[in-house]
Amino acid sequence: MQFNFNSTEPIYLQVAEQIEEAIFTQTFAEGEQVPSTTEISKEFHINPATVLKGMNILVDAQLIEKRRGVGMFVIAGAQARIVEKRRNQFYDDYVKNLVVEARKLHITKDELAKLIERGFSTQ
Amino acid sequence: MSIQIQAVNQSFHGQTILDNINLTIEPQKIYGLLGRNGAGKSTLLNIISNRIFATSGTVTLDEDSLVDNDHTLGRLYLMSEVNLYNERTKLTKLLDVTTRFYGDFDRDYATQLAAKFELDLNARFGKLSTGYRTIFKLIVALCVPADYIFLDEPVLGLDANHRELFYQELIETYSERPRTFVISTHLIEEIANLIEHVFVLDQHQITVNGSVPDILDRSYAITGPDADVRQYTTGLNIIGQDQLGGITAHYVYGALEDDRPIPDTVKIEHLDLQKLFVNLTNHQEVAHVN
Repeated sequence: MQFNFNSTEPIYLQVAEQIEEAIFTQTFAEGEQVPSTTEISKEFHINPATVLKGMNILVDAQLIEKRRGVGMFVIAGAQARIVEKRRNQFYDDYVKNLVVEARKLHITKDELAKLIERGFSTQ
Repeated sequence: MSIQIQAVNQSFHGQTILDNINLTIEPQKIYGLLGRNGAGKSTLLNIISNRIFATSGTVTLDEDSLVDNDHTLGRLYLMSEVNLYNERTKLTKLLDVTTRFYGDFDRDYATQLAAKFELDLNARFGKLSTGYRTIFKLIVALCVPADYIFLDEPVLGLDANHRELFYQELIETYSERPRTFVISTHLIEEIANLIEHVFVLDQHQITVNGSVPDILDRSYAITGPDADVRQYTTGLNIIGQDQLGGITAHYVYGALEDDRPIPDTVKIEHLDLQKLFVNLTNHQEVAHVN
């Protein structure tokens, strides 16, 4: 897990996002244990209450679950859930900004479509 | 359940050191007490832990006065810059004395910590470097059974590795036995995410008192072309500014005007705790006059 904190967003949200990213990339595979609140707290000098608040977002989103006395584990199907969520956000997160930036550079709709075409053919 | 500091004033030879301090310190929370040199932080901590008397005001723990009260004194511990130990005494002896004073002193944990910090407990206190004096005092502070631990400059003279180790041990022991820590330090970035609640003591008064996320949520950096930024921040609580060429940054503490349109050229971000602190406590104009 690679935590990379910035100052512009509340830390508990960043904790949730970073763990979600690790589940998405299967750094934490489904059924596997995620690091404990104390472990994350100690490693990144974050108040345990803050880490717990971040973890609870993922519990509510049904990505991780608490097993009593053992710790937090990635729920089966968590990755698919993240993919679904990110597909829904794709327009807002990427397409909107892409068009805004294209307009600033006077790139037309057709030119942008060609660039996307090119992106697909070279990847 | 809390420590209540009410209307505490302190003056010395006619000089005000603390001006009407009102604070609540709750159980099992990690606090930061931030202030510039000479703001009165150490004086405040000394008053709370009954090392000095306030000129006026009250300090209570669960409604019992903390002033000269043997019952409450053992529930508090202040680790400070002052060296109260006899220079010629061996560290093991000092731990013996502490164990006798505090019944439940965690001697095993103290021994473990000494090994982790590579501190030789057979050394005499006077032979320790500045950093190791701090480390010894920290070890005592983490092992006493008190419910409220006050750490005044806990990383003074510590190298980066030892600071890292200290923060980790602090979280470890806090997770195992939650109790209140009040940390006073100048290394704000290092504790910014560690503390839950912050007090800023500025020019002898408490100017900020709140949960860290709430306070950062109300702190903004507004950057863009000079004229656009000025227009947007008119009437807001501007606490500082930076300028680079035609680009201006205004730092705002407090609510923005929600219905005011944000120009495309202007970027709004949140401040981090250190940047907020620096801007809130910068009194350059005043300092020059003095």
